[in-house]
Amino acid sequence: MKGNYDKAFENVVRLRVMSILMVNAEYDFNSFKELLEVTDGNLASHLKNLEKQEYISVNKSFVGRKPLTNYSATDSGKRAFQEHLEFLENLINENKP
Amino acid sequence: MRKPEQELADIKSMMERSTRFLSLSGLSGILAGTYALIAAGMAYTWIYYPNPPYGFRTNYILDTATLTKLLIAAFMVLTISIATALILSQRKSERTSSKLWTPAGKRFVNALLIPLVVGGFFCIALFFRGYTIIIAPATLVFYGLALINGSRFTLSDIKYLGYCELGLGILSAFFPGYGLIFWALGFGVLHIIYGSMMYYKYDR
Repeated sequence: MKGNYDKAFENVVRLRVMSILMVNAEYDFNSFKELLEVTDGNLASHLKNLEKQEYISVNKSFVGRKPLTNYSATDSGKRAFQEHLEFLENLINENKP
Repeated sequence: MRKPEQELADIKSMMERSTRFLSLSGLSGILAGTYALIAAGMAYTWIYYPNPPYGFRTNYILDTATLTKLLIAAFMVLTISIATALILSQRKSERTSSKLWTPAGKRFVNALLIPLVVGGFFCIALFFRGYTIIIAPATLVFYGLALINGSRFTLSDIKYLGYCELGLGILSAFFPGYGLIFWALGFGVLHIIYGSMMYYKYDR
C-alpha cells in the first residue's frame, strides 16, 4: 500500500497544526490557539511533540516587548504529511465498491 | 481512528480557514451599492438636472462649489461603506464564532489596500494634472485590480466582481463623458448584484 500512516498525525490537534503549516509559510502560537480553540498547555505539548520529531521549526522573536513564537513546517515534516495524505487517499480509494 | 474522509475534510477546512478571510458579509455589498446609487443620484441632480445623465451638464464639474459637493459625497460613501463592511464582518465572525482579525484577515486587507491606495494617489495626481476625464475609469480599474488581488485571501467569488469592474473601467475609458453612469453601474449596481448573490450563497 502506498503512503504511510504517521502516528504523529493521529492526534487531531497535530493534524490540524500541520495542515495549517502546509499552506502558511509561518503561523504564530496565539493564532493557532484562536483557530484551533485549544488551551495553552494542550497546544504547547502538541507543538513540542512535532518539534521533537523535527516536523516543525520554531522561531522566537519579540514584537515590541511582547514575545512572538512563530512555527513553520520543515522539509521532512512536509514530506511526512504528504505521505500521510497519500495513505488516507489510498484508504478511501481501496474501500470504494 | 476517524474515517479517512473525515480526516481529509478536516485538513481541507483547516487549510481554508487559516488562509482565507471568511467573515465577509454579502449584506455589506448590497448596502455599499445602495449608498453609491444614492450618491450617484445626488451627483446627477447637481450636475445634469434636468437633462438626462448622458446629456449636457447644467453645471460645470470643475466649478468649485459643485466639485466640493462631489468630493464630499464620494468620501462619505467610501467611509460609510468601509464602516458598514467592518461592522457586518464583526457580526458575522461572532455568529460563526471565528476571530475577525486573523493572519488571513490581515493578508486580505493588505492585498486589497495596495492597489487601492496606489490607485487613490494616482487619481489625485490625474486630478491635479487636469485629466479629470480619465478618473472614473481609473477608479474602476484600480478597484477591480484590488478585488482580484484580495480574492486569493477571501471567498474567491469576489474575483468575478473584480473582473466585471475591470471590464467596466476599460469600457468607460473609451466613452468619455459617461463617467457618472459607469460609476453608478460599477460601484452601485454591480455591488448590489454581487452582494445579493453572496448573501444567498453563504449567509442564509
